[in-house]
Amino acid sequence: MKVKLKIWRQANAKAKGQFKNYELDDIQDEMSFLEMLDALNSKLIKEGENPVAFENDCREGICGTCGLFINGRPHGPGEQIATCQLHMRLFKDGETIVIEPWRAGGFPIIKDLVTDRNAYDKIMQAGGFVSVNIGGTPDSNAVLISKEHADEAMDAASCIGCGACAAICKNSSAMLFIAAKVSQLALLPQGKVEASKRAKRMVAVMDELGFGNCSNTGACEAECPKGISLAHIARLNREFLKANIKS
Amino acid sequence: MSNFITSSLGKKVILSLSGLFLIMFLLVHLTANLFLLGGSDAFNIATHFMDTNPVIQIIQSILALGFIIHILYALIIQFQNWRATPVKYKKKYQKESSSWSSRNMIWLGIFIFGFLFTHIINFFYVMKFGEMSSTIVHGEEMHDAYKLVVGLFTGGTLAYVYSGVYIVSFVALGLHLNHAFWSAFQTVGWSNDIWRKRLSVIGSLYALLISVGFTVIPIYFLFIK
Ligand code: SF4
Repeated sequence: MKVKLKIWRQANAKAKGQFKNYELDDIQDEMSFLEMLDALNSKLIKEGENPVAFENDCREGICGTCGLFINGRPHGPGEQIATCQLHMRLFKDGETIVIEPWRAGGFPIIKDLVTDRNAYDKIMQAGGFVSVNIGGTPDSNAVLISKEHADEAMDAASCIGCGACAAICKNSSAMLFIAAKVSQLALLPQGKVEASKRAKRMVAVMDELGFGNCSNTGACEAECPKGISLAHIARLNREFLKANIKS
Repeated sequence: MSNFITSSLGKKVILSLSGLFLIMFLLVHLTANLFLLGGSDAFNIATHFMDTNPVIQIIQSILALGFIIHILYALIIQFQNWRATPVKYKKKYQKESSSWSSRNMIWLGIFIFGFLFTHIINFFYVMKFGEMSSTIVHGEEMHDAYKLVVGLFTGGTLAYVYSGVYIVSFVALGLHLNHAFWSAFQTVGWSNDIWRKRLSVIGSLYALLISVGFTVIPIYFLFIK
């Protein structure tokens, strides 16, 4: 199949970017979206042009590095998949595909389609962990966890930190990401100990880093490749309120 | 505590609680309005009660404060949100991922504020400070509030214009409430996958009740009475 590409090119963080048009002829249905971009880059290198910078690593929907805004949606068409799991068969022959980087205040552009997503790491460093003492491994059966809580925590834990939530949000809010992390840990006995501190710290860092305020539109949930539910945001709100009432 | 009020979540809690307070007020206001359908005496007595009851007078100032807080925080939050999204996408597809109301709360809010302003001038200001004819109901002299309402909604093109504005405003309010109701509960943490569905349904029913309830008044005076 043939595709026409409209890709955001920007030489560096400070440069003024613009869209550039490309055409590719030999694209197979079964190619993944990133393979299509690889094909484009091979062609560009042969022609002596700078290849398009984009991020990717595991290419199996786990690492969370490959977020692209494709045809108006984060990770493109297709439900609950990351960009690397997107295949060319979801596009029509001859279709124009618009590819943009995440555009959110918290994710400045580094080059072309690559954005700086350190902000999510900084939020994690503020509280997305449990503190454990060194020593012998504790007996895993000694701490009982109900099936419901284990399931919900597992759902929250499936967040891959890709940034699609803030990218689609009209307010560039990172709430779904933080909610997933806070929720995952608050549901488990090991994480409960630091739940209050965690909620307060992570929210404080989120506010500092230029993300907007969540207005509950639900776009993040609809576009999240892991289907993280808004219910986790409600839990984050609860945890945050509880933490502030306590202190 | 100071951290709470300046944090994004804290501001939103204030916005939600003030919103929930206004949501309750609308029900009271609607109840008072529906006395209009009971005729002049019923409405005048209801208005007289509202006008003279000391508790209502105190609540009135709290209500004004509720409006001010809600509007102020909505603006602060919105300006921060605009600042957080400096560059727009060339192509953004969002029809299926979020509802129209949820994306346009600020514009609906501004529209409703415009209506509130005219509404206050037309009714509240006249009743409190303006010249009003009085009437006697059951031997007691009181403002003829019914006449004021009838005057605005009947007779001439102006009545049609005013009714039109009134109806459109309550459609806007209904859309605003449709998102606001569930959203307020979500923000204070009272939601999960099950309650979200319940609250959305209750919110939509409530929004419909308010929209229809208030629009019944101009329609009644224009076409039925
Ligand atoms: S919540 Fe979903 S969209 Fe947001 S970072 Fe995690 S996986 Fe990506």
